[in-house]
Amino acid sequence: MIRDEFVWMASGPQGSGVDTAANIFSRACCYGGLHVYGKREYHSNIKGLHSYFHIRVSPKEIGADVDRVDLLATFDAESIVRHIWEVSPGGGIITDRDALGTRIDSIKTLTPAFRTEFQRILENKGVKAETVSDLLDEVKKNNVKTYAVPYMEVLKEVADEIHEEQLSRLTRMINVLALGTTFGLVNYDKAPVEKAISTIFGNRPRIINMNLLALNKSYQYVKRTFGDDFGHKLEAPPTKEPRIFLQGTQAVALGKLVGGCRLQTYYPITPAADESEYLEENEILETEAEQANGSIIVMQTEDEIAAINMASGAALTGARAATSTSGPGFSLMAEGLGWAGNNEVPVVINYYQRGAPSTGLPTRHGQGDLRFAMHASHGEFPRIILCSGEIEECFYDAARVFNYAERYQMPVIHIIDKALANSNKSYRIFDPSLIRIERGQLLSEKDFKGEEYKRFQYTESGISPRVPLGTPGVVFWNTGDEHDEVGHICEEPTTRTLMYEKRMKKLDLADKEIPVEERINFFGDPDAPATVVSWGSPKGAILEAMEKLRQEGFKINFIQVRMPLPLPKEYVAEKLGKAQKKIIVEGNYTAQLAGIIREETGIAMDYFVLKWNGRPISADEVYEALKLIMQEKAPRRQVLTHGT
Amino acid sequence: MALKMSDYRTTYFADWCPGCGDFGILNALQMAFTELQLPPHKTVIFSGIGCSGKTPHCIKVNGIHTLHGRTLPFAIGAKLANPELEVIAAGGDGDGLGIGAGHFVNTGRRNIDITYLIHDNRVYGLTKGQASPTLEAGLKTKAIPKPNLNAAINPVALALAAGYTFIARSYAYDVRHLKETIKKGIQHNGLALVIIQQPCPTYNDINTKEWYSGEDRADPTTGKPVPRLYKLEETGYDGVVHNPDEAFEKYLAALTKAQEWDDKIPIGVFYQNEFVPTYKDRISKRIPNYLENPPAKQIICDEECRPITSVRKMLEELTVTGLD
Repeated sequence: MIRDEFVWMASGPQGSGVDTAANIFSRACCYGGLHVYGKREYHSNIKGLHSYFHIRVSPKEIGADVDRVDLLATFDAESIVRHIWEVSPGGGIITDRDALGTRIDSIKTLTPAFRTEFQRILENKGVKAETVSDLLDEVKKNNVKTYAVPYMEVLKEVADEIHEEQLSRLTRMINVLALGTTFGLVNYDKAPVEKAISTIFGNRPRIINMNLLALNKSYQYVKRTFGDDFGHKLEAPPTKEPRIFLQGTQAVALGKLVGGCRLQTYYPITPAADESEYLEENEILETEAEQANGSIIVMQTEDEIAAINMASGAALTGARAATSTSGPGFSLMAEGLGWAGNNEVPVVINYYQRGAPSTGLPTRHGQGDLRFAMHASHGEFPRIILCSGEIEECFYDAARVFNYAERYQMPVIHIIDKALANSNKSYRIFDPSLIRIERGQLLSEKDFKGEEYKRFQYTESGISPRVPLGTPGVVFWNTGDEHDEVGHICEEPTTRTLMYEKRMKKLDLADKEIPVEERINFFGDPDAPATVVSWGSPKGAILEAMEKLRQEGFKINFIQVRMPLPLPKEYVAEKLGKAQKKIIVEGNYTAQLAGIIREETGIAMDYFVLKWNGRPISADEVYEALKLIMQEKAPRRQVLTHGT
Repeated sequence: MALKMSDYRTTYFADWCPGCGDFGILNALQMAFTELQLPPHKTVIFSGIGCSGKTPHCIKVNGIHTLHGRTLPFAIGAKLANPELEVIAAGGDGDGLGIGAGHFVNTGRRNIDITYLIHDNRVYGLTKGQASPTLEAGLKTKAIPKPNLNAAINPVALALAAGYTFIARSYAYDVRHLKETIKKGIQHNGLALVIIQQPCPTYNDINTKEWYSGEDRADPTTGKPVPRLYKLEETGYDGVVHNPDEAFEKYLAALTKAQEWDDKIPIGVFYQNEFVPTYKDRISKRIPNYLENPPAKQIICDEECRPITSVRKMLEELTVTGLD
């Protein structure tokens, strides 16, 4: 059987090479011509707790995660226990032969909560399982095939060949044995796998050779032992389409650089820090015109308070400046955000949501921060919020937010989430030439002829021409206090009324000027009887579910809200006005976007599909939920729970 | 044409209490700027919150009045993005050593070429006289209901430990000394700290002008007050590191001097070490054209608004196009 789409999972303790295995697998599939979508799940832990990478490959582009696994490659006993029920009938499980006898109750890293839930499942199924082997016997009844590979024996063969006496030095290659086993079982061409290994281990020939040897030994072992037993053949349609493979943080970084960001501040936090590190690795920038090399300064600050204020200080000099953070860090930025709002500073915050409140789920997904981003900091001041829905959007949006910040002279918050930050995906190569840079009313030396400059001059639009610190012939003042046009402290009620209004009305201008196409993505038949509304990473899952439902005769359209502030409310109201079933899909408890839409348009949702278990919304579960709604079988509120 | 002191004045009304040390600091700053002929457009004063926070509004150079305790991050951001700017940060003792203490310490790690003035009056004036981080335990200034329970921070010792490469103290009512000290701080190549002792005539009834000048203690022979403040320069003390080998010795000497208070309060330069690489030196090692083409000067798009930054190489590294 040749499958069009294949779902593979690499699973093991943190520090055992799960990410490397996933990277090799993904690249090997890409080099063969397949598209890849990979979801990464890990604990807030350095070594030892469970992690996995769930990867879908297909000849077609993929935008979301699904629930099932076709081939589960495990590095340890815990991975078998954790994912045993996810393997699809006809699928397979690769295990270390030495793990089979492991007693489930001896696995220390299984939490009490997991054990309780697991016991409940066993009881429901009427299964008694004490060891890993008992579990595998159980799923075999569902036509799941199991492949026990003696990892240590195969490793010994590798050790003998390279004359390495200490086997323990090679155990970190268990991940490559799992890969060799995988590719052997699905009969995949070895050339792209070898290229992936060579690429990932870079210019370390000895490591490359060791890993290639381990790959081949396990590949041969599988062929010898299991032959074509698995029955799936992973075939790739050759393609010459130029493609890239990247995660969300990289897309944001690339967009920032093209968009002209020249100073980035950050305090280490998951999952945002990857972006800053990637920027720092690439701090020297090539330019296309005959300009000197550019550069970006990446500053690791003492905290997020310093991060936002340093970025604002830099923005005052005319440089495009940004800071990148997650929920806890953004909480600390609240005061600085208000200062930037009050002083009309174009500063950009890339906000990677994760499971909250408080430290919450530091490495897990969540979409509970929309209201906070909209309202953080005391008082009222204008800001713009743009939410990316997929990795490619992250790239173009990361550049575009600087245009909003400079045109309207206000902080702009670019919301991303963990599912976008840490998932990776193959795309047709991005096109930087689609990006435009608009700097708004930015004055320079030639615009000054000795007259007094008023930084906060009252204007019809509310926008006062801006000038960078250091411009010859001009000085200006800022203050977090209310101020007059010059920027000096002023508590007079008339000034207060005028200056406040001047600031606030810039948001009306932004609302009027920014085209709806930049703020909303609309998908599907405008006359469909049901409309799904969502924001952020559920986009991919919703589009996939919609397509599947369309094929089954259910017509649904989809409003992806990219700019909740200012919300293009007439547009949203008009689209929603036509829908008989209005459905919100969000990764939070209170349906925050639904509340905002109701506040802005008066329109209430009919159905709520919500999830807050720390895992992204999958295409399968949103499909199930929408189908129930379309069949009139759904309750008003459905809570999604998939994820391990 | 040379700039006069009046060129550094604004018409903004300085609303400090009569007799406030901030007037002396303002004067000293304007005098120092005049003597150094700092171009107003290239000069920026960042300030925090409190009485000292209003200083920039009174001086005709760029003035950025920021948040409580956050003076340094703002100042650093601007200096990093445009190293040509002459950046001065000014804030109170509560601002820099209380709410902003984390920034105070971490700024020391960077040796960035800015000058930081701490207006130290040992109270929170604008909120009506609470104890600041430099007020010793057991003291009860007039506005606090009970004697202070918290011990005082020693800002000179803290700055030494944090890595400041110029540490000086001066006095708000000795405008000449203060002006000279500020000038030295500005001319120092690296991070300069000037701690300014400043009476708060309204709320600090202990460390008053009279207290600093020793009017409570007369010399038994002359009958004249014995001032508490004395000038380090006049005692032969030399805090300047003249060659890298003597850096530690000078550091220890400064740390010892930093312990003096109450009866004898040293003013002047405690420590100066220009052998520590500045932040711009460190960046320039990684980004060779940083000083010629810093963030604020970089051109990022052409006249048609098209970006000119090429990420071609980064995209190549991410490329996974099929094999031949």
